[in-house]
Amino acid sequence: MRTFKAVGLLLLLAFAIAFPLLFSNGEITSIAFFTLLFAAMVTGWNILAGYTGYISLGHVAYFGIGAYALALICKHWNVPPGYGIFFLTPVAGAIAALIAIPAGWVALRVRRHTFIVITIAMFFIAQLLSYSLNGLTNGSTGLDVPFPLEWGGDFFNTPFYYAVLILLLLSIALSWWVRYSKYGLGLLAIRDDEDRARGLGVKTEVSKLSAFVMSALIIGMAGAIWAYFIGAVYPASAFDPNFDIAIALMGFLGGMGTISGPILGALLLEPLHQYLAADYPDLYLILYGGLFLLVLLLLPRGIVPTVRERWTKYRALSQNAQRKDGVVVSPLPEQGEPATMKREGINL
Amino acid sequence: MSLLEAQSVSKSFGGIRALDVCSISVEEGSITGLIGPNGSGKTTLFNVMTGYERVDSGQVRFRGRAITNNSPDKVFRRGIGRTFQLTRVFPRMTVLENMHVAAQRNTFSGLLGRWSSGQERKRALELLDFVGLTSLRDLPAGNLSYGQKKLLEFAFVLIAEPQVILLDEPAGGVNPTMLNYLTERIRLLNQRGVTFLVVEHNMEFVMRLCDKVMVMHRGTRIAEGTPEEVRANPAVLEAYLGE
Repeated sequence: MRTFKAVGLLLLLAFAIAFPLLFSNGEITSIAFFTLLFAAMVTGWNILAGYTGYISLGHVAYFGIGAYALALICKHWNVPPGYGIFFLTPVAGAIAALIAIPAGWVALRVRRHTFIVITIAMFFIAQLLSYSLNGLTNGSTGLDVPFPLEWGGDFFNTPFYYAVLILLLLSIALSWWVRYSKYGLGLLAIRDDEDRARGLGVKTEVSKLSAFVMSALIIGMAGAIWAYFIGAVYPASAFDPNFDIAIALMGFLGGMGTISGPILGALLLEPLHQYLAADYPDLYLILYGGLFLLVLLLLPRGIVPTVRERWTKYRALSQNAQRKDGVVVSPLPEQGEPATMKREGINL
Repeated sequence: MSLLEAQSVSKSFGGIRALDVCSISVEEGSITGLIGPNGSGKTTLFNVMTGYERVDSGQVRFRGRAITNNSPDKVFRRGIGRTFQLTRVFPRMTVLENMHVAAQRNTFSGLLGRWSSGQERKRALELLDFVGLTSLRDLPAGNLSYGQKKLLEFAFVLIAEPQVILLDEPAGGVNPTMLNYLTERIRLLNQRGVTFLVVEHNMEFVMRLCDKVMVMHRGTRIAEGTPEEVRANPAVLEAYLGE
């Protein structure tokens, strides 16, 4: 099972790397770029929202900050267009993360619904500031990011695609580490019962804040790559509330608190969004709303956790059936006892 | 010297004095019972001693050192574990993951490392075995029965090897068989040097288990002694039965 999984993941990675060679059409690589961009952002967002249960609907503020940071760095340091700009994305991300420290410190004083409201408020504060801090952001005129003219034609998307693929891999690695580290176990404990976790020695304040900042770092870097791709940043596009909704929807659909869920959510929704946004710009918002309701109704915990649970149940039931037929049940290879035992254990 | 003590602790919620200049002390190696009618301040005293509530005045000491108003995580790391009246486990995490939450996290590198590694995993499995939950280790803790959750909470507090454990109504809602089992486990741990402070309404349980019993009424301690002494104390009868 394990080797099967590893081979599958490697094939997936190979496909992702080969993608621009297989599909060179600019329209398709553009959709792929946005899909991976959102996959990275949702993965980053999930470190906070999925693992700690603190659902932020304002992390796109750090997307905008990352985007503006990159534009400003390029402007003030007279950075020429080219591959070098990609190496500035971690700097832009770090600036977003730095700003997230005090913001997170304030927002994380409160919990649940209040936290969500505060993050939304913080998002709009950031958006308003990008309009009104004229000296820094140039107001609604926005800022230009150097445009790499020499990447003409269909090749233009390719460097961006790989940049965002690297960001996605980084965010998956981070998410994976968090999920299986003791630090991450503390985050999950916070999600389930924060006060109880504190009473067991988990440093809840520091844990929550670092998760908040890590999310902001990934999303900030995504914002920087996006700004370079688009070639200009404006308040309305860099701080787009629809992005917040999209990220949350993808997270909910795929399954929060899992590693693969956010990626699955982005892979399912973003191509659809890109496809619809071009031809039916009004329709996709309605569709998003409808989808949100459907997810809440049918898959309140998201695809990955639901499927995983059904699978365990199915396996347990089929083993039960086998047992009734008098067939010898082979124990689970790793755990040493049949899944049915565990299920019966519930009713002890 | 007593291991854990509250000295003249007071705590008010609005106009209600939940703790009124209350002092108790728990001797090292003892199983001390804390009883009293509903609303007498037992749980508030627990909360104050474990950092969940701040005191208005007074002091909490552990091994002679003031730990008044320390945060719950700090109190726990000093070696004071507790369980809750309404059992609190982490429902969406598996039983085994629950066990690891409280495992030592003193070092930064320990925090960065994997949670299910070597020594701690072994210890977690030992403790699950100790409370008889081994076969349920991969279930979400939310699926356990009430009694099993109590045992799990007890077990994951133990993993950090606290020197004193505060049990808030361990017998509440637990069937007699499970209760005997729990009593036996507490005795066993006590023999190994763990001190217990137990809040409980089940008198039979308290009288059977504890070396010493303290009685609270209206936010303060009104009596203490061996179970027999307390049972015979007129002030205690009055507190329970009314004037």
